[in-house]
Amino acid sequence: MTTPKTTLQIFWTILGLSFVCLVINLPSEIPVKLHWQKINWEHTFYRPSFKFKIGNFNLNPRLDLRYGLDLAGGASLIFNVDTSKAKKEDLPIALESLKGNIERRVNLFGISESSVQLSRQGADHRLTVDLPGIDNLDSAVNLIGNTARLTFMGEATISAEATSSATFYDVFSIDTGLNGSHLVRSAVAINPNTSEPEVSLEFNSEGAKLFEQATSKFLNRRIAIFLDEIPITFPVVQTVIPDGRAVINGNFDTKSARALTAQLNAGALPLPINIIQQTQIGATLGKDSISKGVRAGLVGLALVMIFMVANYGFLGLVANIGLIVYGLITLTLYRLIPVTLTFPGIVGFILSVGMAVDSNILIFERMREEIRRGKPWNAAMEIGFGRAWDSIKDANTCTIITALVLFNPLNWSFLNTSGMVRGFAITLLLGIFISIFTGVFVTRNLLRVLAKQKT
Amino acid sequence: MNFMKFRPLFLAISSTMILVSLFSIFKWGFRPSIDFAGGSVWEIKTPNLSDQSKITIVFDDQKIPLSSVSPAGDRQYLLKFANIDQAQKKSLEEALKKVDTDFSELRFETLGPTLGKELLRKTIAAIILSSLALLLFIGRRFRDFSFGASAVLAMLHDSLILVGAFSLLGHFFGAELDSLFVTAILTTLSASVHDTVVTFDRIRELRRQDYRPDWVDLANRAISEVIVRSFNNSMTIILMLLSLVVLGGQTTRWFAIALLIGVICGTYSSTAVAIPLVLFWKKHRQK
Repeated sequence: MTTPKTTLQIFWTILGLSFVCLVINLPSEIPVKLHWQKINWEHTFYRPSFKFKIGNFNLNPRLDLRYGLDLAGGASLIFNVDTSKAKKEDLPIALESLKGNIERRVNLFGISESSVQLSRQGADHRLTVDLPGIDNLDSAVNLIGNTARLTFMGEATISAEATSSATFYDVFSIDTGLNGSHLVRSAVAINPNTSEPEVSLEFNSEGAKLFEQATSKFLNRRIAIFLDEIPITFPVVQTVIPDGRAVINGNFDTKSARALTAQLNAGALPLPINIIQQTQIGATLGKDSISKGVRAGLVGLALVMIFMVANYGFLGLVANIGLIVYGLITLTLYRLIPVTLTFPGIVGFILSVGMAVDSNILIFERMREEIRRGKPWNAAMEIGFGRAWDSIKDANTCTIITALVLFNPLNWSFLNTSGMVRGFAITLLLGIFISIFTGVFVTRNLLRVLAKQKT
Repeated sequence: MNFMKFRPLFLAISSTMILVSLFSIFKWGFRPSIDFAGGSVWEIKTPNLSDQSKITIVFDDQKIPLSSVSPAGDRQYLLKFANIDQAQKKSLEEALKKVDTDFSELRFETLGPTLGKELLRKTIAAIILSSLALLLFIGRRFRDFSFGASAVLAMLHDSLILVGAFSLLGHFFGAELDSLFVTAILTTLSASVHDTVVTFDRIRELRRQDYRPDWVDLANRAISEVIVRSFNNSMTIILMLLSLVVLGGQTTRWFAIALLIGVICGTYSSTAVAIPLVLFWKKHRQK
């Protein structure tokens, strides 16, 4: 029997695809050292980077596996947002700007993959902050969790004899009504004339009005800015500012200007928040989990492969090749999408390996039946794949339904939104689709090519 | 082979398991992890400390009641206690540093009790939602409502037994109910239905060849044809999970055990619960 041309083409495509996946899954650097008698050869191979440039579209995928907090280590904080004092119509904007402010605060840490997410639980609003790699929970909680209160106080006129005994708080005792909720943002700017750094402030419309009043009232006097009752700066008002945009200049260098902006931004929390959950996972624990999970996965995989060969012989061997292709494609997709791997995610992956084999078992049992009924091997194979397809389709649709309920793609608030359960659902979901592809399409074509002599 | 003659036996096994589960759930309840009860978990490493009683003494000194100390690897301990604030934690750290200079923190979690209740509510919502979706899907695919209902009932049977088993394991071996367990229940749902649908599918196929089907005979033939597949398939998943139980480490051991119980239950229930239920349904309708 000859193999049709299309089958051969599919066969080579599968091989090519597997090879590409294999390359993507290589570590980014592979040092090779050869020392054998007189040969001394050392070379470090680098994984090719997959840079594409099509027109203005730049693709430079970072092909590293991403690990979630439970594996990489880090801190995760969940805050409850106190919305009791906010007006209902302002709430969406207040929440968004809260999120933005927290993100700015988090960025002070300089963590690349931090994430800030809002979620809703019935009437409650939650804010989840993930800080991978952070090992100092206290400073994180302090920076993010404490509702810093920003106030603007005008300088009072104090009689000359009282000046000596007056404290700072006596001097700046006139509340301008401005506070952190009026500040939209603060940034570092460079003065075009003096080329010295200064700090710019931008107020919202209500804040702009108050600021105009304050600047006219305290013209040529000072306004102190307090962060949690601690004065951080007290610039002299030089002009009346009507548009809500102000700059503070003075003896700033870039560093102190940046520090002041950070403090000002940190003070501008529109809604109070309080912490309800904190998690910290050390990096060593995470590494331990990864290595244990990977070891368990490999041992399990080896056992499954032995089981398949023991049960189905040559067919099992082909199914195992399909399984390896399955593993390669899955890992490649984890890198490309990218999927953030958590421990439940690894479990989902391990479980989906079991399910990938299921399609093959269904098919092979079907083939055996047909062979028992006296069909020739090749015909039995095609019938087996055809008949088993119905069962595979229905059974996997059911798994997809549950995985979707777990993944909760529409973010329904009555269903789970936690990263743990979702991490599991996403790997399970991916696993089902890829396993249908490898278990049915790949093994079928491998069998068509490899088993041509078997008739 | 006449599997259906074992129906009384299946009924006896299933009702015993369900009764034991219900008994354990109501009598002993669960051992909730901090995911459900609220509290703190602290995993620490004390390389120079051979005796965990010193840790207990530190906690006693600070007047923070420890609810449990369990070893988690080589000179690593998992401590559980009520919620503490940052100042309390700091003084604990300092006190522990005095006992062991190389003391280090591996993991620290605190959780308010509200999150656990939410999780429970959401899990029930997820079970109801997926039950309804599966009922509709299977009912439509097999053009027979009794198939959908039986599959869903078998699936609920499995999750009830799994929950019961965890109540028992919690009572006797200290297994805790945590958010991973929720994932395990939902996986059991899908694994159970997966298996049931394959058997149903075979019944549907065989039925096409019969004009007036004898349902019992049909069921027996279908089961005989798929039982090897069912067994082999479960074996592969069991092999994967067993390696996870043995090699996967402390934090996910109970999770893997829960999945293991779920998978075994799911394989059993498609033959022993779902099919008999369909037959029961058919018999009733014929009368």
